Amino acid sequence: MTIMLERGARQGGQGRQRRQGTLPRLLAGGRKLPEHRATYGQIPLRRFAGEDGRRMLVRAITEAGLRGRGGAGFPTGRKMTSVAAGAKRPVVIANGCESEPASRKDKMLMACAPHLVLDGAVLAAHAVGADRVYVCVERGTSIADRLEREIAHRDDPVRWKLVRVPRRYVSSEESALVHLINDGDGRPMAAPPRPFEKGVAGRPTLVDNVETLAHVALIAGYGPGWFREVGTRNDPGSTLVTVGGAVARPNVYEIAPGMRLGEVIEAAGGAVEPIGAVLVGGYFGTWVPMPDGWGLPLSHDRTGPLGTSLGSGGIVALPAQSCGLAETARVVRYLAEESAQQCGPCMFGLPAIATDLAAVAYGRCDPATRQRLTRRMAQVKGRGACRHPDGATRLATSALATFADDVETHMDGWTCTGVSRDPVLPLPDRRHRDRSWK
Amino acid sequence: MTAPNPEGLRLQVDMIKCVGHASCFELLPERVSLDEWGFPIIETDPLPQHLVAHARRAVAACPTLALRVDGKVARVR
Repeated sequence: MTIMLERGARQGGQGRQRRQGTLPRLLAGGRKLPEHRATYGQIPLRRFAGEDGRRMLVRAITEAGLRGRGGAGFPTGRKMTSVAAGAKRPVVIANGCESEPASRKDKMLMACAPHLVLDGAVLAAHAVGADRVYVCVERGTSIADRLEREIAHRDDPVRWKLVRVPRRYVSSEESALVHLINDGDGRPMAAPPRPFEKGVAGRPTLVDNVETLAHVALIAGYGPGWFREVGTRNDPGSTLVTVGGAVARPNVYEIAPGMRLGEVIEAAGGAVEPIGAVLVGGYFGTWVPMPDGWGLPLSHDRTGPLGTSLGSGGIVALPAQSCGLAETARVVRYLAEESAQQCGPCMFGLPAIATDLAAVAYGRCDPATRQRLTRRMAQVKGRGACRHPDGATRLATSALATFADDVETHMDGWTCTGVSRDPVLPLPDRRHRDRSWK
Repeated sequence: MTAPNPEGLRLQVDMIKCVGHASCFELLPERVSLDEWGFPIIETDPLPQHLVAHARRAVAACPTLALRVDGKVARVR
């Protein structure tokens, strides 16, 4: 299911030693509790007992340099410190919604290593002093039921609550989860306050992606030094990516940040046809032109001329024969439909941008359209309550830059053969998308 | 340019509450422009001292209570 991708790996003996410096770390094994305990051992709660232990655990996460794996890459230790500093008893949300169509690493992690995620959630709750953990997953999948069954086998010092979240792109945003739990409405809320200040029931709320929590469990077990054996100084540890598109073995892979884009494509079996560009970071990500971008190091820091970041880890290789503009237009239309329709610039701006992009892609474009598109993208960015319009415009902006030659060709009225090819970027079936926010 | 106010007060909008009445644009065109759909584009740098009172008037006049003047930045992260 996964392969071992080693960078500067050190070969060791058996058991825990074996995992030093080698991958996979997260998907090493244990769907069921006994297997999980055999691989990873007991939760090291005793080592971090009491108030001093709690602080020690937060310090370990901070020293490890763990950054959120949900997309934003925010330092987890710093978030924990803020949450723990609140006046009220905090709450933890394990975010496993993964509404990003180009990503399925969280679903795979919850299927392959549910107890690693749950261990991490228990440790995170202990770290911030919470006694309640909400596990949020998309409804309409079997994951919630399976997690509920696994939780029943455990004996944890926290109260668990499974939350089934509407299948909407923006419902996995942290304030939307808080909104859903508090008021049964899965739409993002305006900030301030942010969830870490005032979230579920007005309590400081730690919202962490499920992969982030799995890393918390590993850091608690093996220490920050072990965690830093792979990855970069700023973005240590391993991370899960979902590689799709025109590669031989599309799948979820565990990689070390700092790995080059080309190496990730090779790890997924290499290209099955010439690649024109690669989308990095899912649908809030950027198009990286190939082969120029082959050597781009991937991490949660923004790098390269387009500010490319791993984001939520969705990586899609686009064949040179496909039309990147048409692909982007389709996805931006989807993102426009997924807007919560709460903020004017997102509600009106994204459909307008999607229409302009379609005009560029399908050859009904003139210089005025392109100018208007550029202006609209600049206007919409940063003006929503959440980051939805920012992500959509980042994708569109990078498409216009990466496929600049195609834009010229389309504007000259040449027929693009790419637009008639089958779409490469995945979108959820309409039957698997909810209309309601409840 | 005049000096910013000492408390670092900023004019900010809650885009979820805003429905585009544009009274802020009427009252404070120095800091507010409108996009093509009629929603305010607000300069969120600290207000110059001489505009603080005008900004407060715009806050009071907003029909949906979407505006505020404070030193807290909406986007911490």
